[in-house]
Amino acid sequence: MRTAQNVIVENDDATAILLRRVPTRGEVMAEIVTQLATFRTDDRHVIRGETVIAKDLAIDSLAVMDMVMELEDRFDVSIPMNVVAEIQTVDELANTILKLAARR
Amino acid sequence: MGLFDRHAGLLDAYRDVRTTGADPFQIRMERVLSPTEAIINGKKCLLVGTNNYFGLTFDPSCMDAAIEAIRAEGTGTTGSRIANGSYSEHVALEREIAEFYGKKHCMVFTTGYQANLGVISTLVGPEDFLLIDADSHASIYDACKQTQAEVVRFKHNDPASLDARLRRLKDRDEGDKPGNRLVVLEGIYSMLGDSAPLEEFIAVCKKHGAYVLIDEAHSLGALGEHGRGLCEAAGVLDDCHFIVGTFSKTLGAIGGYCVSNDPDFDILRVTTRAYMFTASLPPSIVASVRQSLRVVKERGPQLRKQLWDNVHTLYDGLVEQGFKLGPEYGPVVGVHLPDRMTAIGFWRAMLDAGIYVNVAVPPATPNGVSLLRCSLCAVHTREQLDHMIEVMTGIGRQMGVLAPKLKVVGSGR
Ligand SMILES: Cc1ncc(COP(=O)(O)O)c(C=O)c1O
Repeated sequence: MRTAQNVIVENDDATAILLRRVPTRGEVMAEIVTQLATFRTDDRHVIRGETVIAKDLAIDSLAVMDMVMELEDRFDVSIPMNVVAEIQTVDELANTILKLAARR
Repeated sequence: MGLFDRHAGLLDAYRDVRTTGADPFQIRMERVLSPTEAIINGKKCLLVGTNNYFGLTFDPSCMDAAIEAIRAEGTGTTGSRIANGSYSEHVALEREIAEFYGKKHCMVFTTGYQANLGVISTLVGPEDFLLIDADSHASIYDACKQTQAEVVRFKHNDPASLDARLRRLKDRDEGDKPGNRLVVLEGIYSMLGDSAPLEEFIAVCKKHGAYVLIDEAHSLGALGEHGRGLCEAAGVLDDCHFIVGTFSKTLGAIGGYCVSNDPDFDILRVTTRAYMFTASLPPSIVASVRQSLRVVKERGPQLRKQLWDNVHTLYDGLVEQGFKLGPEYGPVVGVHLPDRMTAIGFWRAMLDAGIYVNVAVPPATPNGVSLLRCSLCAVHTREQLDHMIEVMTGIGRQMGVLAPKLKVVGSGR
């Protein structure tokens, strides 16, 4: 059940403890790579900064948006849908998160 | 790159679908016999996938109203309300829908799709923020493409997720970002039949000063003491700034609407492109909708009871046989199947057995699930639904979706 109590607790758990500070680039990259791991077409495939998300991985646009939602909560930022649409590579995604987190 | 190359992935999926021998997206209803029966592939089929929640498509009073209107005012309006003017009946229908909700204003659109597309994309503009549920209907997603507002998506039916996103619209240095916030919700979600936790959502919206728009497409008639939808059932009608709905489901016709108490609401009539640049509803539709709204007012409680009795019969019956369903009772019952091909095979086997439901597969479904989507009708009979459960159980066992029966019943003849 969702209760008002839970709302507060969830927010604290997910964001406040780790992320009152701006995350490092390494932290953001690591989280993106974790989130994208299941969409690799081949287990040996290494996800790098220049990986093109929609092309190099087996992921559709809806799954991209769902993954972005997880990252948003992890780093306590919101990436508008129109911005998501323009992101192509893992590097671009990380940069967007870092930029938004710095403004927080 | 050829024009159609970009659709290659979808084309593959579509090919999969058609390998079953029937194309669920090109089903031909050779003749519709009643709200619950049609001839498909030369055979009489039970319809359990047509959103005809009250079965009003064949209501004699609605049909008569439509026929009379055609005789009196012709077959069409041949233009938009802006160009060709409003017929008295358009205005009367808008007044009646506004009254039904106890709101001051109503705008009628030619479809519910256009109501969402037009209203949502026009209400918010540059500097504003549009917050939508991740499982929103295509019409809401399309509104996002048309609007100039910043669009943020929150987790399905998760008020905490919305709360976090509204909170983030504050800048550390500058405080609250300027601009309006509009939150879009649905009364009943069309794929799994689950309802929004509306009271909690409203509390979050109030806390952050956000406007609320709720799409009651699948909940009109089905929820609330007067059938106004989830906004009524949850007791928050006054807190829903905009209510959108459709005439194409419970009301058995076609068209859409939006009601509101905002004093400036009517400005949308000259700013909403999906209202201004398409022909208005023909007299016959307006007349049948006015009559079906009357039916909802007069016979609503009885029809609602029949509908929910049927929901319980199907839902409980399928759960008892071991099917995995959507999270709660609803006029839409989504049956989870393990993958796309199983869903399509199952759908096909049901059609062969004379039962029509919808099949929903990725990318049209949330979280990549594959579903048989059943929608109930107040006038389905107990026998029809018992038969359906029996057929589905048989197919489920044959396809290995359900565990085989444990107890062997005496062999038949
Ligand atoms: C949630 C929702 N909103 C809006 C619509 C659009 O309704 P209409 O058929 O009137 O265009 C639908 C139906 O497809 C729907 O399921």
